[in-house]
Amino acid sequence: MSRFTHETLEKNSLLLLAFVIIVVSIGGIVEILPLFRKETVIEPVEGVRPYTPLELAGYNIYLREGCYNCHSQQIRPLRDEVVRYGHYSLAAESMYDHPFQWGSKRTGPDLARVGGKYSDAWHVAHMIEPRDLVPESIMPSYGFLMKNGAKLHDLPKHLKALSVVGVPYSDEMIEWAEKDAKAQATGEARTDTEGLIARYGDKVIARDFDGQPHMISEMDALIAYLQVLGTMVDFDAAKNVEGGAQ
Amino acid sequence: MTSDTVKTSPNYNYDVVRLFTLATIFWGVVGFLAGVFIALQMAFPDLNIEPYLNFGRLRPLHTSAVIFAFGGNALFATSYYVVQRTCGVRLWNDGMAMFTFWGYQAFIVIAALGYVTGVTQGKEYAEPEWYADLWLTIVWVCYLLVYLVTVIKRREKHLYVANWFYLAFIITVAVLHLGNNISLPVDFTGAKSYSVAAGVQSAMIQWWYGHNAVGFFLTAGFLGMMYYFVPKEAQRPVYSYRLSIVHFWSLIFIYIWAGPHHLHYTALPDWAQTLGMTFSIMLWMPSWGGMINGVMTLSGAWHRLRESPVLQFMIIAVAFYGMSTFEGPLMSIRAVNSLSHYTDWTIGHVHSGALGWVGFISFGALYYLVPRLWGREKLYSTKLVSLHLWIATIGIVCYIAAMWVSGIMQGLMWRSYDDMGFLSYSFVETVMAMKPFYIIRALGGVLYLSGSLIMVYNFWRTIRGDVNPKEDTQQQGAAA
Repeated sequence: MSRFTHETLEKNSLLLLAFVIIVVSIGGIVEILPLFRKETVIEPVEGVRPYTPLELAGYNIYLREGCYNCHSQQIRPLRDEVVRYGHYSLAAESMYDHPFQWGSKRTGPDLARVGGKYSDAWHVAHMIEPRDLVPESIMPSYGFLMKNGAKLHDLPKHLKALSVVGVPYSDEMIEWAEKDAKAQATGEARTDTEGLIARYGDKVIARDFDGQPHMISEMDALIAYLQVLGTMVDFDAAKNVEGGAQ
Repeated sequence: MTSDTVKTSPNYNYDVVRLFTLATIFWGVVGFLAGVFIALQMAFPDLNIEPYLNFGRLRPLHTSAVIFAFGGNALFATSYYVVQRTCGVRLWNDGMAMFTFWGYQAFIVIAALGYVTGVTQGKEYAEPEWYADLWLTIVWVCYLLVYLVTVIKRREKHLYVANWFYLAFIITVAVLHLGNNISLPVDFTGAKSYSVAAGVQSAMIQWWYGHNAVGFFLTAGFLGMMYYFVPKEAQRPVYSYRLSIVHFWSLIFIYIWAGPHHLHYTALPDWAQTLGMTFSIMLWMPSWGGMINGVMTLSGAWHRLRESPVLQFMIIAVAFYGMSTFEGPLMSIRAVNSLSHYTDWTIGHVHSGALGWVGFISFGALYYLVPRLWGREKLYSTKLVSLHLWIATIGIVCYIAAMWVSGIMQGLMWRSYDDMGFLSYSFVETVMAMKPFYIIRALGGVLYLSGSLIMVYNFWRTIRGDVNPKEDTQQQGAAA
């Protein structure tokens, strides 16, 4: 035991284990820890806000159904992607996604900027039977979302949990979460959306997304989420600042 | 069995190894079946049965069934076998070892029920929610304890190389599991939680985890298998002791860095992407070092390869390991990745590793283990092993060739322009173009599944104590 050789490790399993832990820790520390100096990673962009309670409910349905298995939400700065999907994705645009939904596979198209591209009615029909609108589509049907009522009563708890992990939801937003969700899914014509707009900004879309005025379905929530994707940042306004560079 | 236990023969705990072996076989078939089904869903979307059997819910079921249920049980079975044989002592603590078995099966069932009912964290290969993660942590700590205490009690002075790999696999998977699953439950009586990290940070942590699930679960652990079962079946020592040291330390050091290659051209900072790419390319060397060490173990015993289809399984596995660890670094180069990412090429790459390397080295180990664990002279039929081998190999070739073609084709179609500078193809045109390849892929999966069913039959007869009468005489003739 006079000299340290590999034999020392082979004969001392706890020392071997300690060495393994050190060796496998280095890469992770170097690559992950610096990312938590967020100011060096996420350029602040105007317009990005936390999801409204209804959009958050939609985000959770998106996760539950495993949409990320086939759809990415990350447009790369490559010529064809920018033409097909729009401005490349910015770090700030997913800063409130716990966790990120960038995906890894495009069995279907990227959804990072799907918001506003199709009407609500298109989404409803497409979700009920994708092949009615796109005959060659291989997407599963999601008609059951029309029948399932969206679970809204525990939204305050969801906002509370997210505020603990760093999403800037105010106490007022948490308190009003359920009512805000209802207001957003019924729309101005039938409810008072002033509070919702005061809390989340005047770009918030409040309307009956699924065309079923008698209920707030999971389809309402999912479409509210899809319609906001990629729309928070106003790239046309930013273009002048960037000098039109893209 | 007889020649293996010449020594004083400590009273090894084979009960738990037998259970894990049976679980490996069972979950293997389940996982392959799920794979075939979701492959068919991609060719024939009407096979989606909403909500429980939609692709989005079944895909995690398939990946978890093959990685964690099939692969995990294979690792438990072989590590518990190898650690006893190479340390010359009985596995520590029968009760705790048995707990790891039932605890791990419970985790699999809890996770699977979650998937079909829509309980998920939404992170690939880390879908189980917080309560399942906590349960797995308990099971895994017990696994580490059982393994480590057995190692500490060993009678051999040196710890054999296979154990280094198993140990690194167990401890690193624990670190990865804890690191990637830090989350806050919405309500301790409910399933839903939110990960503490968001956006870029959660992406980096997820792929640090995700790529090292490949690196440590599907590579380091199965290399432990290679380092024990290849020399055993070849009846030769490992080719190079020095190479195994270099292989071990360089592999575990470099693998950890490779995660960011899943995030090329994303919002992840460039420096992290570049580090990930650089280390992924470097990873080629230790990977091939390991492959060479495995294959060259046969030097001087190549004739064994002709005689033993079990050894053929292992050597084809190592060949697939070499192929996919060459393809991986290639795909991690940013320029290549710009084409391959988001396409089926990645799926093909994963499956050449999963079906070829992980599957075949496990089949080889299982064919080695089953007769010994149940005290049988030999397998019921060696010919059926050969049949399994070739059906499965053809299946893999169909699978990966189809995915290469469809993946590269789709990548090229996405970035193709016409004379006017417009995109040539709408997205759905690329989906249509892939249909024939999805069918070929599903056929490849059917072949692979069929092979595994042949194995099940062979094991069933072996465990019953049958020997194919035709082969019995042939074997004696050949040996003479």
